Amino acid sequence: MYGEGFFLQALIYLAAAVVSVPIAKRLGLGSVLGYLLAGVIIGPFVLGLVGEEGQDVLHFAEFGVVLMLFLIGLELEPARVWSLRAPILGLGGSQVAVTTIILAVIGVLFGLAWRPALAIGLSLALSSTAIVLQTLSEKGLLRTAGGRSAFSVLLFQDIAVIPILAILPLLATARQARHAADEGSHAATWVEGLPGWTETLVVFAAVAVIILFGRYLLQPFFRFIARTGMRELFTAAALLLVIATAMLMSKVGVSPALGTFLAGVVLARSEYRHELESDIEPFKGLLLGLFFIAVGAAVDFDLIGRNLRLVLSLMLLLIVVKWVILLVLGRVFRMSMDQNLLFSFSLAQGGEFAFVLLSFAVREGVVSADLASTLIAVVALTMAATPILMLLNEKIVQPRFGTREREARASDVVDEENPVIIAGFGSFGSIVGRLLRANGVGTTVLDYDSDRVDLLRKLGMKVFYGDACRTDLLRAAGAEHAKLLVVAIDSHDKRMELVDTVRKHFPHLTLLVRARRRREAYDLLEAGVEHVYREKLDTGLRTGVEALRLLGRRAYQAVRAAQKFRLHDEAALRELAEMRHDDKLYFHTARQRIGDLESLLLSDLQDTGETRDMGWDTESLRQDYGGEGRG
Amino acid sequence: MSRILVLFAHPALEKSRVNRELAAAVRDLPGVTFHDLYEVYPEFDIDVRREQNLLVEHDMIVMQHPFFWYSTPAMLKEWQDLVLEHGWAYGSEGKLLHGKQALSVVTTGGREQAYAPEGLNRFTMRQFLAPLEQTFRLCGVEYLPPFVVHGTLGMIGEEIRSHAADYRRLLEAIREDQVDWETVPQHQRLNWSLDDVLRVEGEGV
Repeated sequence: MYGEGFFLQALIYLAAAVVSVPIAKRLGLGSVLGYLLAGVIIGPFVLGLVGEEGQDVLHFAEFGVVLMLFLIGLELEPARVWSLRAPILGLGGSQVAVTTIILAVIGVLFGLAWRPALAIGLSLALSSTAIVLQTLSEKGLLRTAGGRSAFSVLLFQDIAVIPILAILPLLATARQARHAADEGSHAATWVEGLPGWTETLVVFAAVAVIILFGRYLLQPFFRFIARTGMRELFTAAALLLVIATAMLMSKVGVSPALGTFLAGVVLARSEYRHELESDIEPFKGLLLGLFFIAVGAAVDFDLIGRNLRLVLSLMLLLIVVKWVILLVLGRVFRMSMDQNLLFSFSLAQGGEFAFVLLSFAVREGVVSADLASTLIAVVALTMAATPILMLLNEKIVQPRFGTREREARASDVVDEENPVIIAGFGSFGSIVGRLLRANGVGTTVLDYDSDRVDLLRKLGMKVFYGDACRTDLLRAAGAEHAKLLVVAIDSHDKRMELVDTVRKHFPHLTLLVRARRRREAYDLLEAGVEHVYREKLDTGLRTGVEALRLLGRRAYQAVRAAQKFRLHDEAALRELAEMRHDDKLYFHTARQRIGDLESLLLSDLQDTGETRDMGWDTESLRQDYGGEGRG
Repeated sequence: MSRILVLFAHPALEKSRVNRELAAAVRDLPGVTFHDLYEVYPEFDIDVRREQNLLVEHDMIVMQHPFFWYSTPAMLKEWQDLVLEHGWAYGSEGKLLHGKQALSVVTTGGREQAYAPEGLNRFTMRQFLAPLEQTFRLCGVEYLPPFVVHGTLGMIGEEIRSHAADYRRLLEAIREDQVDWETVPQHQRLNWSLDDVLRVEGEGV
């Protein structure tokens, strides 16, 4: 049981986040900078509310990065990952190699031996997955060419961490290396001590387990969970999946982030994808926020203060060197100027891996502790500078130098961001959906009936499982980019809740809402919904038209009569909706309306002219001209 | 034996006097397909393939309608717009209507004198019907002088029945190929000189 200390800590971290992040967002700085500043403020050098345990929090919060990669994996179908193999290997590989070498050369020029210089080069070549991806996705830039390239490079860096961890001990002198092997970070894995080829084999086996499990077992598993209808159980299952994957991967010596990314990709085609996304999202957000706060709190301002000039110039040097290399690579890989700038500015920092690798290098005796702590401060500063740099790029550099070319490959996204979301795919919603699909309009469907989701999936449709009233699920379904939301859910209360949610969080969405009865239509009109469709109105009118025809009326007359009836009825509905809380007025008006309707209906028989289409009537013409009229 | 398609367009037949009588006269004629457009497509949901098949199956296309604002009722315009597709009815590939004939059977409220340069309506019927004539010419269809019933506003029963009988007689003659096609283009109205146009084979039958 956690004592008061735990709650006090939670209080401090949460309060810091809740206060600073909205302010940072308000100022257009982005949430990452807000969290970092919150960390600095509560850290040991300003308020001193958190101290030594900051490091533990940092390690714990790193799990946020793992969750983030799982979510990114969910967004990427295997085919799209495969299509990224060239940028991952080519761009990512050359970025790590070139940056490592140049940084190492600079290290040697500063008078370091080649071994520590190389170790530092390897550590600093990596960028910050957490900060870059969070900032990019917050700005909606992850799907641009520059964002995709940045992602590819980060993915390669994640993979590269493993061989780098293997290489670092070799850079130590023989005596120190022996000592290090006893307590190195590999000690906790199953593959420790196994020959190299077995190790590889175990890794491949673990990957195969994840793919096979994700492909064949998770689907029925989630279906089983979903049938219970308990949302929190689904959340638990989703977390279980991610944590299990992360642990399995660390046990075989692979980065947990990479493992969960893979699991995410495997699940990207699952119908539970949106549900998983929205369940994991808050955890990711919180942990990542915690992570950024911890980074902020870990910045050692004492050390920086003592070596202010050195730290600042090293920070500037690191950013400039990485930025120039990225810019050149972007050129080589034929990125357009604006995308290349985005790419270069986003990756020009040291990453959280540097903390791990530098501490590891110190343990291995490759790098001196003094140097390492200076470098860690430098890296933390470059990380904090990243959101500012990206803001600089966005506001100052891009408008002048970026060509702002439009994305040529936007079609990649179309599938993901349909213009229409249909909530509820029963008989009502499915008619709307089928009509739209038949006319080439992409629709994202949300439905809360797992059996129906299954059935529709079997019929080859893209249907997602989830409660449409949840903001996060709506967001995952692309509500931010969609134009229309068709609300075809059965339950009136749910519909009203959804209307409310959308008005609050996605005011740009045009709502088309089904109403089952008149009273519901009133509620919707009152809630400000413009497009309300009473489901029985059209069917009733069609039946009436058919009855008129069968009784010998001309078909077109019957249709016109129904059209006029509908216009009248809709007008009456809107009029009555405005006054229904005033009982007296309502009943008075309702009676009047019914009276109108009655006279309208009667006038058809009595031919008083009220409902006739006078355009086709020759009676008055006959009287007027007595023979000479138009046409 | 000529197969006749009557495209009938009247949005308010229940209020019609002349067109109702005319329609009744030919509706059940053997060899005549009477196609009541407003009844079949009350929501303007014209089935283009079905209409095109009907056209292919007939030799003579009769368009019977009241003259609304110097033109056809909206339905018949919609019909032209949808059915006479490029590549089917016209254009280098569109030859399916070639060799067919088209005839307008029109009723007007105004009297005959109104349809003259000095009359109320300032133009002649042929001038008003020029868009239809050219439409069919472009489709390789011969557009015949129209069958026009003028002055319907003041028309009484006897007169109406006589026009209806003429209409029926004309369609029967067309069906039996008893029309003197040589002289047809000379006439302004097909119904003004019906006796000249129709050559009745085997006098006295």
